[in-house]
Amino acid sequence: MREVAVIGTGMTKWGELWEKSLRTIFVETALLALKDAGVDKIDSMYVGSMSSGLFVGQEHIASLLADYLGQTPVPSARVETACASGGLAFKLGFMEVASGMSDVVLVSGIEKMTDVNGHEATFALGTAADQEYEGYHGITFPGLYALIAMAHMEKYGTTREQLAMVAVKNHKNGAKNPLAQFPFEITVDMVLNSVMVADPLRILDCSPITDGAAAVMLCPVEMARKMGKPVVKVVGMGHATDTIALSSRKDITWLEATYQAGKRAYEMAGKKPEDIDVIEVHDCFTIAEICVMEALGIVEKGKGGKAVEEGLTALEGKIPVNASGGLKSKGHPVGATGVAQIIEITKQLRGESGERQVENAKVGMTQNMGGSGGSAVVHIFEKE
Amino acid sequence: MQGIVGYGAYIPRNRIKVEEIAKVWGADAPSYKRGLMLEEKSVPSPDQDTITMSVEASKNALKRAKIDPAEIGAVYVGSESHPYAVKPSGTVLAEALGATPEAHTADLEFACKAGTEGMYVALSLVKAEEVKYGLAVGADTSQGAPGDALEYSAAAGAAAFIFGKENIVAKSIKTYAFMTDTPDFWRREYQYYPQHGGRFTGDPAYFRHITGAANGIMDKAGMKPADFDYVIFHQPNGKFPLRAGKMLGFQREQIEPGWLVNLLGNTYSGSSPLGLTSTLDISKPGDIILLVSYGSGAGSDAFIFEVTDRIDEVRELAPKTRDLLVKNRNYLEYGEYAKFRHKIRKAE
Repeated sequence: MREVAVIGTGMTKWGELWEKSLRTIFVETALLALKDAGVDKIDSMYVGSMSSGLFVGQEHIASLLADYLGQTPVPSARVETACASGGLAFKLGFMEVASGMSDVVLVSGIEKMTDVNGHEATFALGTAADQEYEGYHGITFPGLYALIAMAHMEKYGTTREQLAMVAVKNHKNGAKNPLAQFPFEITVDMVLNSVMVADPLRILDCSPITDGAAAVMLCPVEMARKMGKPVVKVVGMGHATDTIALSSRKDITWLEATYQAGKRAYEMAGKKPEDIDVIEVHDCFTIAEICVMEALGIVEKGKGGKAVEEGLTALEGKIPVNASGGLKSKGHPVGATGVAQIIEITKQLRGESGERQVENAKVGMTQNMGGSGGSAVVHIFEKE
Repeated sequence: MQGIVGYGAYIPRNRIKVEEIAKVWGADAPSYKRGLMLEEKSVPSPDQDTITMSVEASKNALKRAKIDPAEIGAVYVGSESHPYAVKPSGTVLAEALGATPEAHTADLEFACKAGTEGMYVALSLVKAEEVKYGLAVGADTSQGAPGDALEYSAAAGAAAFIFGKENIVAKSIKTYAFMTDTPDFWRREYQYYPQHGGRFTGDPAYFRHITGAANGIMDKAGMKPADFDYVIFHQPNGKFPLRAGKMLGFQREQIEPGWLVNLLGNTYSGSSPLGLTSTLDISKPGDIILLVSYGSGAGSDAFIFEVTDRIDEVRELAPKTRDLLVKNRNYLEYGEYAKFRHKIRKAE
């Protein structure tokens, strides 16, 4: 297996992009990634997108986007594993370069979510839950994560304030990210007094609905060295599944797929949780970040809330989590999120993160998750 | 010089509170009240509609204008809730007032802007000396689907203005119109309730057109926000007009006399015209007033008026808008409201 490097990133401002279509957003970010990598031709491409069909009525987007990027007839594939689609697209791009099948591969993620109203968006997202055992009974994602939060609070004494602190921390970081959808700070009081969505989760515990895309370029490490590019190596990868219905799990506070994916990524990279300098995790709801930190072994089981309260995961803390602002502040165009996490870590390792730069970041990690944790993709990166 | 000769308002007595609607739908009333800055809204009685409210408001305008209704040469009714799909509201109104048969009439429709459209046309006909007096009414018994965010605001009311060249209460200084094709809110034929584009109704729709029209008319007139005593913007909820005012550089005090929405709701075609009536009720000779309407689809009409000495003579001749708003209110429960608004469908 060949060593693989990330040699280019592309991302534009996320938000309600009503002036732009799906293809426009994709082409803008892909061109930025090509330019950053210094290449104008690719051998292959992958697109992560959860539900372009329900959000904009367009399937078959792998070919559509290859066409509008001017890259036909290269092979192009769209992949889907709910909100982890971007992470999965990266895994496949990585495998293609590692296997020697292709040299230069574009990996992107995209979702255009605000062309439909809130009910339609909620329905589209809800298709990532188990339709027969969850969806038909009326529950949507805020409800599922609210159950997880309730159970975590009951079992481990995690407090309502600790949940709020996750959002406050991520907004503090996001305020330093000019591409974020909501680049401003919030307070614990604001979270606690915001509109109730599903007890105990309030609107400021939830990641938003967002239009956005992200793209990265991959090539063999040797080629990157020859091109004189800063080399950010992909050193670990793990991908795992779990039941998508929450009710089928032994312990709903435990994210087994994330644990399994993390374990494999650590093993492949020869790293331990304490070796990670900076990490981007899937904080679709505040409780999710707490559970993910526990499943990845960053903190002990049940201690996630306390860790946030004590500042362990703050930008200046021992292990900065979601320096980008996370899904909460940066936005969450579901298919794009996994790729945007990889962009943040690449930039952190290159030392290009400006005001939110984590000092001496050498090893970084991303964790991207689908549904209420039924799929998870974890990657570990290291600066050469 | 042409301008407003008489003005009149009408608001039905019935009200329903935000809490009463929220209770039925399991919604969080405090967040609606905070988010939309709404307390309650007006509700028409079962026998009231756009035509009956237009008659009431026009009669009040006639009381202030003190003219012979037979001299009205144009009658325009702007509404998105005309009782008939085919058959004019304007003919009934003109007949009730005694303005037939020598009059031009038209029913206008442009979401919440239809009222000021009639004002724009009536004023122009007076200016062109095609008619001696022109009557324009903005009236609606607006529709909001049960449980939709619109249900908290969709209200009923009417405002009427008679334009002419003599005995003017407020001189017309400038007019301006600003519109694009922006589909933020619509109702197709045979549909009972309108649909809307959620957050798309904000920045690209309401705010773009309100600020576009306000800046356009101020440029044209060589004026700035500080030159106005009062300003009225269309009021779909409490927050939007206040934010528009802030964006344009107006002070809260300039907006407040015409800001009725927290207790009235959104009377659609009647919204900004009712704001103008309540502003005229408290204004003094020499006051300069800016009016900017908004209609989804989308566009804004803007007017600058200067109040004359005659305001002191006519103010008390008809009910004042604030009095209609806060006196003699009758609070409804949701069941009565659902019946009054014909939300309950009975067997044929």
